[in-house]
Amino acid sequence: MNTFVFADSGGVVIPNFGGGGENSCVRRNPAFCWDWFSSHWGTVFRPALFQHLTLTLIAVGIGMVISIAFALVAHRYRWIEPPFVAFSAFLYTIPSLALFQLLVPITGLSRLTVEIALVSYTLLILFRNTMTGLGEVPEEVREAARGMGLTPWQVLWKVELPLAVPAIIAGMRIATVTVISLATVAAIVVNEGLGAPIFAALQTSFNTEFIAAGVLAIALALIADGLLLGVQHLVTPWARSRRTV
Amino acid sequence: MADEQRQPAAEVVFERVTKRYPGRSEPAVNELSLTVPAGEICMLVGPSGGGKTTALKLVNRLIDFDEGDIRIGDQSVRSLDPVELRRRIGYVIQQVGLFPHLTIAGNIGTVPRLLGWPKERIAERVSELLELVGLEAEYSGRYPAQLSGGQRQRVGLARAMAADPLVMLMDEPFGALDPITRDRLQNEFLRLHRQVRKTVLFVTHDIDEAIKMGDRIAILREGGVLAQYDTPDAILANPVDEFVARFVGADRGLKRLALRRVSDLELIAGPAAHPGDDAAPALAALDSFGFDTLVLLDDAGRPCGLLSRSALNGGRISAAGARPVDSVVEESASLRDALSTMLSQAGSHMTVVDGDGRYRGLVSADLISQELART
Repeated sequence: MNTFVFADSGGVVIPNFGGGGENSCVRRNPAFCWDWFSSHWGTVFRPALFQHLTLTLIAVGIGMVISIAFALVAHRYRWIEPPFVAFSAFLYTIPSLALFQLLVPITGLSRLTVEIALVSYTLLILFRNTMTGLGEVPEEVREAARGMGLTPWQVLWKVELPLAVPAIIAGMRIATVTVISLATVAAIVVNEGLGAPIFAALQTSFNTEFIAAGVLAIALALIADGLLLGVQHLVTPWARSRRTV
Repeated sequence: MADEQRQPAAEVVFERVTKRYPGRSEPAVNELSLTVPAGEICMLVGPSGGGKTTALKLVNRLIDFDEGDIRIGDQSVRSLDPVELRRRIGYVIQQVGLFPHLTIAGNIGTVPRLLGWPKERIAERVSELLELVGLEAEYSGRYPAQLSGGQRQRVGLARAMAADPLVMLMDEPFGALDPITRDRLQNEFLRLHRQVRKTVLFVTHDIDEAIKMGDRIAILREGGVLAQYDTPDAILANPVDEFVARFVGADRGLKRLALRRVSDLELIAGPAAHPGDDAAPALAALDSFGFDTLVLLDDAGRPCGLLSRSALNGGRISAAGARPVDSVVEESASLRDALSTMLSQAGSHMTVVDGDGRYRGLVSADLISQELART
């Protein structure tokens, strides 16, 4: 009486009851079956986790390049800021399912569709934070830099951008956590990432798969957030050394 | 500190310089002409709206002027690329503007790095400058946030001098410091300036700071017009008009006193003798001065007591009836301090000693007021 259908990276699998009989964990369907999870780690969860990570890294990476590039230009040419904010805020407000729906006819059921959607959700946060970081550079620091003979490009590159790093990384943390969460929805477009086992599990009443994928997504978000915080500490030693008297 | 890179200071000349800001009817700086001799400190003072900061920023072209010319040495600032120009001019501002993300060494080495100095030479220069501004070497690895306000401004000074600039521009550099720190930094800057003669343009709104620090003072009035440009003493003695007189203050006589030292006076060679000397010549000397007090000196020539005429009856001078020397002033003291001490004492004369405590003569209130009247 196989009523459970599972999605795997290879497609649909019927779970192996492993001869466990009436009392097998899967049949009893408690909140979590360790045995089942560990026997499917290599085939289901690990690949899904790596796909999820890849989707996230690509989205945040591309989002960063676009946002920081636009922020640097907008820092110089102020008029660019309002339209870019309006545009990225507009993207941010589109419900993700609707955005997929809009994109699929154009870019198909592809990774490209997923990445376009994910990137569009990072733009507002990353752009805003980069602008804030650049804007928060104290005026006297900027004036001293100019007065000492730094070219405008050097002021931006050697003074303003390094000082904006904490704000940029703060934006990256929000964007990354957002993308990790949103990327689970991407499974309706491509059968990839931690969303895939979740969608599969939704069609059944088997708890373990659903919970495992959800917990992995949460763990991934927390770890990514912690790593970025660590990176921030490493690259901005000046920001944590306050006067200790 | 023999450094083959050390540059001579350069003269700074403003020639009928005018700066108008768009949308304002009055110019910020109006036909400003003045010459700051090489190696001197020129203080720019005046009320807000006098254009002193604007005038300063015209030199390194953070602001560009409309008419006239500014020359450093014999080179017009307009003949140089602004970026090149600024790297040859030290710039210090009130808020210091240290780069928070760079260490103290990184901050000080900024301009040398821009100029492409080799690493070892920058490191050498940084430690030399830290010493010059009185910061210990251990500070080089710290970040600005870990320093006090006074320490930050020291770093600001060091950073401005890093590439041995021709000229230093200082915009109220000590304005944000507490009075004690400010006084200390002023003194240290003067000491440093004697060591490293740079032409300095120094903006302040504090006339006392201007009098203390300046070889010359340029007083600007509203609308950026030069009201008077002269030495502090000459401005205090002869303010050209009511505006300058009001600006330097009603106590300008006292301020002048602060500029003179006791050693500038021709001291009264008041009679002095050693215990054991003959009393007769001492009495004769007292008579010729019309004094009735004799200064007693020890073997090293230091005043050790005062003896009244009445105690000089015997054949030899004895320290027995002497009273202690109550008011002594060092010849390096300012006349202001000398007068202040004198006012707090009963006597009309004060004993002057040199740095080793040896007797130099006497000073009186009359002598001080004559000195002021003389010039």
